This record gives sequence, C-alpha cells and structure tokens, in this order.
Amino acid sequence: MSPQELQVQEKREVEKKQESTVPARAFLPTTDIFETEHALTMIMEMPGVDKSKVDVSVEDGVLTIQGQIDFTKYEGMQPVYTEYNIGHYRRSFSLSNKIDQGKIRAEMTDGVLTLVLPKMEEAKPRKISIA
Amino acid sequence: MNRRYDPFDALFDFQRALESRLESDWLRGATAGTGAFPPINVFQQGDNLVAILELPGVNKNELEIQAKDNTIRISGKKVIAYEGGVSLHRRERHSGMFDRTLTVPIQIDADRIKAEYRDGVLALFIPRAEGDKPRTIAIN
Repeated sequence: MSPQELQVQEKREVEKKQESTVPARAFLPTTDIFETEHALTMIMEMPGVDKSKVDVSVEDGVLTIQGQIDFTKYEGMQPVYTEYNIGHYRRSFSLSNKIDQGKIRAEMTDGVLTLVLPKMEEAKPRKISIA
Repeated sequence: MNRRYDPFDALFDFQRALESRLESDWLRGATAGTGAFPPINVFQQGDNLVAILELPGVNKNELEIQAKDNTIRISGKKVIAYEGGVSLHRRERHSGMFDRTLTVPIQIDADRIKAEYRDGVLALFIPRAEGDKPRTIAIN
C-alpha cells in the first residue's frame, strides 16, 4: 500500500426538504455501500455517536438512519478555533431490494456504523432449471 | 423571558458559536496542514484548552500522539478493508495516512496532557502551564 495523505472530507448538511422542524443543523454520514448475494451492507461514519443513540427504520422501502451526538460533553467549553461543525446525523436511502427487517444487524466501532441488511428470500436470485 | 431549556435550541446556538470561530486567527496559522485530516476544534475550558478531533474509523492502535513544548502532533492511519467478492454501490469514505501538528499560542504543561478516544472522537485535555496563568496583582 502506498502511503496516501488523507484529506478532510467536508461535512455535508442534510438538505432542507428532508429537514425537520428543529432549527439545529444535521449532517449526512459519509457512507460506503456494498452488496453481497445475501445482504446489503452500509458503512456510515458518525463520529461522536454512541451505539445506543443510533436509530434505524425502514418504511415504504425507505431506510432511514439517525445518529444523535451527545453535545452536553461540550458544556463549559468556549470555541476559540474551529475547523468543523458538529450535529446529529441523518440519512435516507430508498431500497431496491426487499430487506428482512427483523434480521438487520448493526454494529458501532470507532464512530463507524456497520449495518447489515439481509435480503428477503424472495429477493435473492433463484436458479431456474430447464426441464 | 423565562423560557424552558430546549436542547435543540442549545445545539443550534452551539453550532453558531462553532461557525463564528471557523478558521479563526487564534492559532495564527500554527496548525501544519490545515485542510488535512483530521479536522481540529479547539476550546477553552477554564484556564485550560481542549482540542477535539474527528477520526471516525481510526483504530486506537493506529493513532499516535506526541507533545513537546507547546506543539502536539497527531499521526496515524485510517484503514478501510472490505472483503473481496462484493459489489460496491457507493464509495464515499477515504483511507490513508495522516500527520498533523497543532501549536497553541500559550504555554502548556505537555506532561499532563490527557487523551481520550471514544466513538471516533479524540479529545485532548491540555492544561495551561502554571507559570502562564494570569495572576491577580494586589494593589498596595
């Protein structure tokens, strides 16, 4: 592996149309998505989010992931120099596969959420034998 | 006005406070590699400083922090490893090496810096040197 200098990825804000009534800004977690035969896996960066503060829901084929930061940790701190903002995370994806909602697995390591969404049996490609 | 504490308003206020100090000249350009990973926020907490850095996906064992005089160096690498045989739909995350230094414009007690790493966020608690603290001068 050649050493590659890592650059900052500017945090992207959740767009207005998805925004809720609260004034605080929310950010889109940086996300990788890959698919295997059995599942869809999403890897989302949500620094500062404890695993108990992650909410995953599927409704009408739309997957929504929300992560809450604990900004009470910042109590009594006055910013003097900043390079990034903080906020809760939220992102939605429309699913093209049928997901077995009861079998969704989530894991949080170092501020990165790994979400494994197993496909429903019927959504898996089936081999058709020719008689 | 006697208003109930609303955590959403409080967060919004804090976001605005962070925004107002964006790239402030307080460090006088003393961070090597601004724009480089990981991004740094610096706070004042009483007499001391707290530097908070976001490094999601960086393992604690791949993170090195060194301090000398009033300079702190944060270096390491972020590794992303996916198994083969998968079909990648979206790739936004980046991996690689990083090396940043932060030089603060006050005298600090480098030996007493404390580091905490949790949920991809590194907090460095930087105590101001005793000799650098402002002193109240008694008027005779």
